[in-house]
Amino acid sequence: MELSETSITELAEREIYTVSELTRAVKFVLEENFHDIWVEGEISNFKVSNSGHAYFTLKDEESQLRVVLFRLNKRLLKFEPDDGLHVIVRGRISVYEARGEYQLIADYMEPKGIGALQLAFEQLKEKLFKEGLFDEAHKKPIPDFPNKIAIVTSPTGAAIRDILRIIGRRFPNVHIIIYPVMVQGEGAAEGIAMAIAELNGLSDIDVMIVGRGGGSIEDLGAFNEEVVARAIYNSHIPVISAVGHEIDYTISDFVADLRAPTPSAAAELVVRDRREVIQNITSLEKRLINAVQNKVYILKGNLTGLQERRVLKSPFDKIYELQQRVDEMELRIKKTINHRIEMLDKELSGITGRLDALSPLAVMKRGYSICRRLPDMKIIKDISEVEKGGEVNIKLHKGELFCHVAERKQ
Amino acid sequence: MSEIKFEKALKRLEEIVEELEKGELDLDRSLQIFEEGIKMSRICSKKLQEAEKKIEILTKNESGKLKAELFEPSEDDAS
Repeated sequence: MELSETSITELAEREIYTVSELTRAVKFVLEENFHDIWVEGEISNFKVSNSGHAYFTLKDEESQLRVVLFRLNKRLLKFEPDDGLHVIVRGRISVYEARGEYQLIADYMEPKGIGALQLAFEQLKEKLFKEGLFDEAHKKPIPDFPNKIAIVTSPTGAAIRDILRIIGRRFPNVHIIIYPVMVQGEGAAEGIAMAIAELNGLSDIDVMIVGRGGGSIEDLGAFNEEVVARAIYNSHIPVISAVGHEIDYTISDFVADLRAPTPSAAAELVVRDRREVIQNITSLEKRLINAVQNKVYILKGNLTGLQERRVLKSPFDKIYELQQRVDEMELRIKKTINHRIEMLDKELSGITGRLDALSPLAVMKRGYSICRRLPDMKIIKDISEVEKGGEVNIKLHKGELFCHVAERKQ
Repeated sequence: MSEIKFEKALKRLEEIVEELEKGELDLDRSLQIFEEGIKMSRICSKKLQEAEKKIEILTKNESGKLKAELFEPSEDDAS
């Protein structure tokens, strides 16, 4: 500013400007000197025109600056600018000659508070990391079955309610000690750090949960402070950090022995499900009993086997017994076969008798004969089968006759 | 005996079961550790039953000394 004021004075001494000339000169000076600057202030009168460009005023306690943010640049911002936000803006000064006004043409801006916090966060993280506060080797194991659990949080927040509800559901009979603290605002970090240190002075606390429910990055700020980080690091009691939501990572999370994504998750991690534990013990007991029963069963089996093998003491008994059985079988087989043969004999003679009775030879014995036509030897049962004067053969019991048919008579 | 911690009892129980299931021990030893296993199982069950349920909140008196009081959640808890 000083430079441009001096220039204007010098120029004024030499000649009289027209308004346009002066404005142009001012424009040149301003635009030349402030073409890439950062300026911080609070947004007010934030308006977006139909064209999509944003117009607002950046102000501090004493001054104001008109700012335009063109549509394309506005679209690239990671947050929505609004009245009251404290921001850092990058851009160039431009003079609007028609009105003799200057303004800042912004091309980038970021919210001041968060940017600073993030920077601080990264710096502290780097520092503590280098010091070894996040070393895995330093992390203490979380006990499987804690009797006494300390919780460092606000006694009225959502976090304590969630934790108590879930512990109550999973493993109700534990001893819980709440160390109430402010989790945000002035002095919160110191309060949390002191709580962690004091709990370490109490006896027989098995594990502690340190945390709070979700909130803005500023709300979680206490858990990003060095005092809290050091208190956690120095704690002899294992610490589970449980800050905000799953996506929130704080310095406390990095230092703690275990990071729970949320207070509810911390409760799930700190106690087991009692029913599952009981089931596990029941099943172990069953396996125990089975294993011993098996052992006894197998031994008993071996014993019986051995006892039975004492038969070997009189080895011939068995052979005699077998011989006797073979003899018996032989006898029975013989008897059966003989019986069968007899039966077949009887059957056979019966059949022969019946065959005899049916044989025509036997009938002829009794005086019957067979008359057959010559020359075809067809047996004749009717006179029509032969002609008068034809020849027939008659078979008697003994011998045959060859005869002329002299007469046929019905 | 009741001084044995729950974790230790459970761990011992698991060891015994595995040992027995291998089936390599003789009968006397099997029965001996079987009895120990049953004892561990009983200890675990008992510890599960007897662990006290207590929720306390710490407060400080004038001299800055911590004192534990029973805690009642300030809001109605549906569970």
